[in-house]
Order: sequence, then C-alpha cells, then structure tokens
Amino acid sequence: MSEKVLMKGNEAFGEAAIRGGARFYFGYPITPQNEVPEFMSRELNKRGGQFVQAESELAAVNMAYGAAAAGGRVFISTSSPGFALMQEGMSFMASAEIPVVAMNVSRGGPGVGGIQPGQADYFQATRGGGNGDYHIPVFAPSTLQEAVDMIYEAFEIADKYRNPVLILADGMMGQMMEPVVLPEQKEQLQSEDIASRKPWALTGWGGKEKRSTVVSLHMKPDVLEECVEKLFVKYRAAEKELVRYETHDLEGAQVVFVAFGTMARIVSEAMEMLGEQGIKAGMIRPQSLWPYPYCAFDEIDTATTKVVISTELSMGQMLQDVNIGVCGRWPTDLIYRTGGIVPTSLEIVERTKKILEGLKK
Amino acid sequence: MTYKMFFAGSGGQGVLMMGQAIAYAAMMEGKEVTFMPSYGPEMRGGTANCTVIVSDKPISCPLINEADAVVVMNPPSLTKFESMVSPGGKLFVNTSLIDFAPTRTDVEITDIAANDVAKDIGLARSANIVMLGAVAQGVGIVSAASVRKVMSKLFSGSKAHLLEPNLKALDVYLKGE
Repeated sequence: MSEKVLMKGNEAFGEAAIRGGARFYFGYPITPQNEVPEFMSRELNKRGGQFVQAESELAAVNMAYGAAAAGGRVFISTSSPGFALMQEGMSFMASAEIPVVAMNVSRGGPGVGGIQPGQADYFQATRGGGNGDYHIPVFAPSTLQEAVDMIYEAFEIADKYRNPVLILADGMMGQMMEPVVLPEQKEQLQSEDIASRKPWALTGWGGKEKRSTVVSLHMKPDVLEECVEKLFVKYRAAEKELVRYETHDLEGAQVVFVAFGTMARIVSEAMEMLGEQGIKAGMIRPQSLWPYPYCAFDEIDTATTKVVISTELSMGQMLQDVNIGVCGRWPTDLIYRTGGIVPTSLEIVERTKKILEGLKK
Repeated sequence: MTYKMFFAGSGGQGVLMMGQAIAYAAMMEGKEVTFMPSYGPEMRGGTANCTVIVSDKPISCPLINEADAVVVMNPPSLTKFESMVSPGGKLFVNTSLIDFAPTRTDVEITDIAANDVAKDIGLARSANIVMLGAVAQGVGIVSAASVRKVMSKLFSGSKAHLLEPNLKALDVYLKGE
C-alpha cells in the first residue's frame, strides 16, 4: 500500500480518475471544481491521456459521449449548473449504453445560485435530470479517501453496466485537504485493444461481419419499448448489486439521522455532542443515492427510536426517500440549510432537541 | 486528543499556507488531519481563512464551532474571529498590522509583530512563516523538526532558493527539535 499524501479534494478526484484508467477528460471551468480540469490539464497528457477544455458543458458531455462510444475510458466533472447543462448527454448515454464516469462537485442552487457547498442536486442526480426512462448509479462519498475509492471503482461499474455513473460530492469536499492513500495505477486500455475488450465500441468495421452501432433514436415505438425494457433489466440488477450504506449506533438510539456526504460528517459530531447530553443518536449514511438503501431503515431500533431526521443541504429532497424507507413506522422530520450554508454541529444539536421537545407535546 | 486551529487574514498574506504547513507536519507524524479553507470569489486583498484539525483518531467533522488556537493576521480577522477561541485557548495576534487589543480576557494571548520581524531579518514577504514558527512553538502539537521538513517540501523545485531564508524566518520563534 502506498503512503498517505495530503491532497486537495479536487486534485484527489482527478488523480483517482487517472489511476482508475481514465484516458480522456473533457471539461469546462466552474467553481468549486476548477482544480479538477486544472489538474487534468497538467497531468493527463503526461500520463498517456488527452485533456480537452470544451467550449461549454454541453460540448464537454458530447465529447465524452463520442470518446466513450469509441471505447475510451472517460471522466468528466462539473458543478451544479454545469451538470444541468450536461443532462441531455447523460440521458443519451444511458439510452445508447455508453459508460462514462461523471462527477458533480455541487454548489448552492437553483439557477446560477452560488459557489458554496450544496446538496440540492439530489433530485437531478437520483431522479434523472434528462428525459426518458433511465437511471444513473449515484455514489456520495463523505471523506476524500472514500471519494478516491469510489471514483476508482466507478469506471468498473460503468463498464459492467454500460451506463454513466455519477459521483456526487460538494464544494466542501472539493476544496478541503485530507490525507489519502492512492490506489495502484490501472493499466490504460489502449486503442488497439478496445475492439476485443469492448466489442460494442465504435472501432471501425475492421472486416467484422456485423458492424457495431451506437444509437439512441428508435422511431418505432415497439422497438423503443423493447430497448427501454432491456435497460431496466440492468437497472433491476443494479438495484440489488449497488446498494451501499453505513449505519452507526442504531441500537438504542432515540433519534436516527439520515445524512450523506459532507452532512454525514457534521452529523457524526452532532451525535457525539447529543450523547454527552444524554440523547442517544444513530445515523444511516447512504453511500449510494441511486439505488437508495431503503433496506437500511429495517435496521432501526423499533423499541427506542422516536424520530427519523433527514439532514441535508437542501429543502428536503432526500426526505422523500427517507419517507419511503421509513414507510410510516416512525415520525420523520427535516434539518436543513441551503443556499450554500453548511450548518455547524451545534446547530444540528439545537434543532434536534427542538424536534424532540415537539414530539412530547 | 483533538486539536482545532483557525487561521485568518487577508488574501495574499499566506494564511492558507500556514494552515497547510501545520496539517502537513501533523500528517507526517502519523496523525489524522483535515484542512478546510474558506473559498470565494476574492483573491488578493479579500478575506482568507482556514480550519485545521489534528487528532490521534479519525476526524468526523472538518468544520469547527470553536478553536483551541486562533491566528489573526489582520485587524478585521481579530474583530470577527476572537470569539472563536475556546475559553483557555490560544490567540496569536499579528501586532504589526493590528493596533488594538483583543477584548477576550479568558484566553492566552501571544503578540507577534510578524511583518516587522520579517522585515528586520530582510524577508518582508515571510511574515506568515515568522508567525507559523511562533504558532508551532506555542501550540506544540507538531515537532519543530516536522515543520522544518515541511518547509523543504513547500520550497522545492523552482522555489528551492526560498528554503533557506524561510527556515531563518521560521526559526525566529521556533526552537528546539
């Protein structure tokens, strides 16, 4: 195992992608992820890849679509409004079954919003911001080490399911520094090996009997329906295979928080502080947001839990999934900050105590 | 033990570098660390601050409610952040630029005329390194040797010629091994 290095989040994301075998990166600058394209522009060409600064996010995602359709391993990154612009590409790539790893270092919205951390792209990420029947596996790291590991693995998942995969981080993770242990450099797939490793890829006719095609247009409804149903066979498998979560201190908990990414870290500290005041708190931390770990809610301690609180940097977008997981078994509530404000652990403690008092009445 | 630090000043004063140096040194000593900078549209002349946490166990939250040590490099930072020092904690004040006293009476205050000291030794741009030496010495969470080692990493390659003068700036207040 290699030694720990102190890295800024955005640079660690880029390094993880290169080590995961990414050979192509297309991007357009947007805060708070500018260090990703900066890092890629510096590093990728030196390490056998190609960096292109696109003229817009729409161009970047379509360059990714093209390079990945030709069998390249592609990484793209952006932040909230930029990812909104990329949604057409995400839908097209899901439809055409093209593997790409995308990263959203999200910030406050809606609209141009602000540049401070946000989680209000939850619906965009998990419900699909593009058109049509499709899903994208979404993973939400809460430490830089977890982000590195998730990005590294995401390329394998994207290839396995032939579908885009999204890593959803936020501005805080992009900007902070933390020690990380970097994984081994994976061998890059070279152009001459693509035809044998990815037989579906557009590598030229090359004397094959049947040429490869990549399409997302199906004019006949019965053909389109069949294609969508085929996608959903994959999605049903993904729902079983890609669910990831952690639970902390659920046994005996009075309050169960549900939090992902940056918020999960703040909630961890709030749990300790509540414990010191005699309030036992637990947490469910979804690591996959689609598929969502609904099954985690079955581990909640029925005897002690009084309330399940979705804790997020948005106006309760994840609360919808929390309610599905809870399925009426406990009252649910919401602790949020939005617009780029990240709450302190103290704030979460105070709001939690208010919620508990409200339940007594 | 978990030790929380906060560095504040204006953009261009090298505030983030001070925090990074402490985080780097602590990591080299095998400790857990997080470094969280403020970020915004400002560059030189805007405000800059960062939070550094050093611990012997994994760090859950990289943000802080209060700090064991706060370092302020310019007047607005003292006004805004002196309330962040935990009772009994340490407050390092750059008296070269800050001409009023802190209002806190329950914290340990260290006055360092960082810009003047730096100028006196002919290194006007190393005020942050002078302060870093004083902070490292004052809080004692990382060894002097580790901080010096970090200097050789920060000032390498095209900046290698800056290593020796900055070690001199560092060692004005940083003593021992």
